[in-house]
Amino acid sequence: MGRSFFSPGTGDTGTAPFDPARDAGHTDPPPRKGFFTDTSVCIGCKACEVACKEWNAVPEDGIALTGMSYDNTGGLGGSTWRHVAFIEQQLPAPAPDGGRPDTVDLGMPTATLPGADPEHREHADFRWLMESDVCKHCTHAACLDVCPTGALFRTEFGTVVVQDDICNGCGYCVPACPYGVIDRRDGPAGDPAVGLAQKCTLCYDRLSDGMEPACAKACPTQSIQFGDLDELRERAQGRLDMLVESGETTAQLYGHDPDNGVGGTGAFFLLLDEPEVYGLPPDPVVTTKDLPGMWRQAAFAAAALLGGAAAAFIGGKGGRR
Amino acid sequence: MVPDAEFTSYYGRPVVKASPWEADIPAYLFLGGLAGGSSLLAAGADLTGLPRQRRSARLVASAAIGGSLYALVHDLGRPARFHHMLRVAKVTSPMSVGTWILSAYGPFNALATGSELLGFMPGPVRNSRLGRLLGFAGRPGGLIAALIAPAVASYTAVLLTDTATPTWHAAQRELPFVFVGSAAAASGGMGLVAGPLGESGPARNLAVGGAVLELGASRIMQHSMGITAEPLRQGTAGTLHTAATALTAAGAAGAVAGRRSRIASALSGLALTAGSACTRFAIFHAGQASARDPRYTVVPQRERREGRSS
Repeated sequence: MGRSFFSPGTGDTGTAPFDPARDAGHTDPPPRKGFFTDTSVCIGCKACEVACKEWNAVPEDGIALTGMSYDNTGGLGGSTWRHVAFIEQQLPAPAPDGGRPDTVDLGMPTATLPGADPEHREHADFRWLMESDVCKHCTHAACLDVCPTGALFRTEFGTVVVQDDICNGCGYCVPACPYGVIDRRDGPAGDPAVGLAQKCTLCYDRLSDGMEPACAKACPTQSIQFGDLDELRERAQGRLDMLVESGETTAQLYGHDPDNGVGGTGAFFLLLDEPEVYGLPPDPVVTTKDLPGMWRQAAFAAAALLGGAAAAFIGGKGGRR
Repeated sequence: MVPDAEFTSYYGRPVVKASPWEADIPAYLFLGGLAGGSSLLAAGADLTGLPRQRRSARLVASAAIGGSLYALVHDLGRPARFHHMLRVAKVTSPMSVGTWILSAYGPFNALATGSELLGFMPGPVRNSRLGRLLGFAGRPGGLIAALIAPAVASYTAVLLTDTATPTWHAAQRELPFVFVGSAAAASGGMGLVAGPLGESGPARNLAVGGAVLELGASRIMQHSMGITAEPLRQGTAGTLHTAATALTAAGAAGAVAGRRSRIASALSGLALTAGSACTRFAIFHAGQASARDPRYTVVPQRERREGRSS
């Protein structure tokens, strides 16, 4: 839990990096595990979505077309623990200083009617961004902080998991998550988790047996990489440097920084554009960071009410005054 | 005029999730405030010798807290597991803190109401050992409930502000004051409705003071919230918010002007109570709307990030 946000826990002493598993009371935990999702090599195959559903027995959540893009899942939710975003981007022409490398014409269909405008085929001012999104497993996790039943807990791997047999479905974690990840599962009828908060467990059961999560296992391009968080952060930095050097100047890492608003995330991303383009918040902060101030304001307000009520009686029994 | 902020999103889809809560939760916020304020009114009436005001306020408090507990449990995805809230006590979870506040408040409030209900019982019940014990426990029970009552009325603001819902989170400084003002207006208003005119002075003071606090704090709040105040002026939330302001202002004015008339007092009290309910529903719906529109998540966060890097 996030108590360390207010007073440093055992894992926060000296210069050692903050270890959420140790802070949660795990003695001698294994190295913190996480995901590095390199969106630059994602091909949008959605194998991760399927593998996640199959392994975790997550039900389908509506087979409907969104009509907005090839992404018909829409976003993370109670029955979508991995979600591949498809962004169809019309880019301005390359800058004269070569801000973006010359793209290769793959002969993909254009947005115009076939044959209507043959010139358009020459333009390569269109790109697809794909990003496999997932629970971030925050270092300071708002969902875990606000859960009133203790159904959410911190595993020895530093990840955050919901216990189905404890959650009472109060739904408080849903608006608390700054990434909009967790949600209450609303169907289908008969599913044991209906009415309960549900999200990615980072395949806790597989990790416990020394295996990698199903999504990472199924990813054919190594866009989803699983491993020790420290090592992943190094690897991500190397990949970013390589991309920037080759001219992909808008590439950036997202969520990796231990000094960000949630203390760094266990699942972080290499993005090719701004976070909000992918539906990610640009500067998320764990809400409980402000909680001491909120309690203070509530205490002042309570005192005002008590004082006000007392004042209402001053001047005797009142009556028709 | 400030130019529109640069804003991109993923096909306009929300970034944060709106809470899965429905009408139960704003009803719970309103009834909790009504109960808290009524307990204070009852305790004051008890101490200053206004027996009929005390009785009606205690009954209102119990009915309200009963209703709010029902709404709270009814809203759970698995209501049968409501008692799981009592497994842990967490200061980082306003809902956990609130559960314990209500658990402390409820029994003392019940003692006070129980002693009041004794008056309706036949003599043998009143004079039984249990009856006399209950009669004796009424005052201490009511006083202890009144000491916890301000927390019942104010913690619900933290329940909303400790979320990533943009409009709720941005209201963190002023919302507790809006809520306790609203609680005082509602409970004072019900005091005017249910209590006799001859004992209505303190209820009137509480109602008018609460209304002034609610309206004033709400104004300051909207000013400090930036663009996340917009949802309070649009759609369902906007309608409710306008109604809340009008009912509260009219109720307060009527409570002062109509203090010699039983009917005017009762109508003013009803307006104040309805205004308080509208305030809770307006804040609730504004938050839900702010979560559904990615603009309210992205624009303030980008401004914060850019303010830091420059």
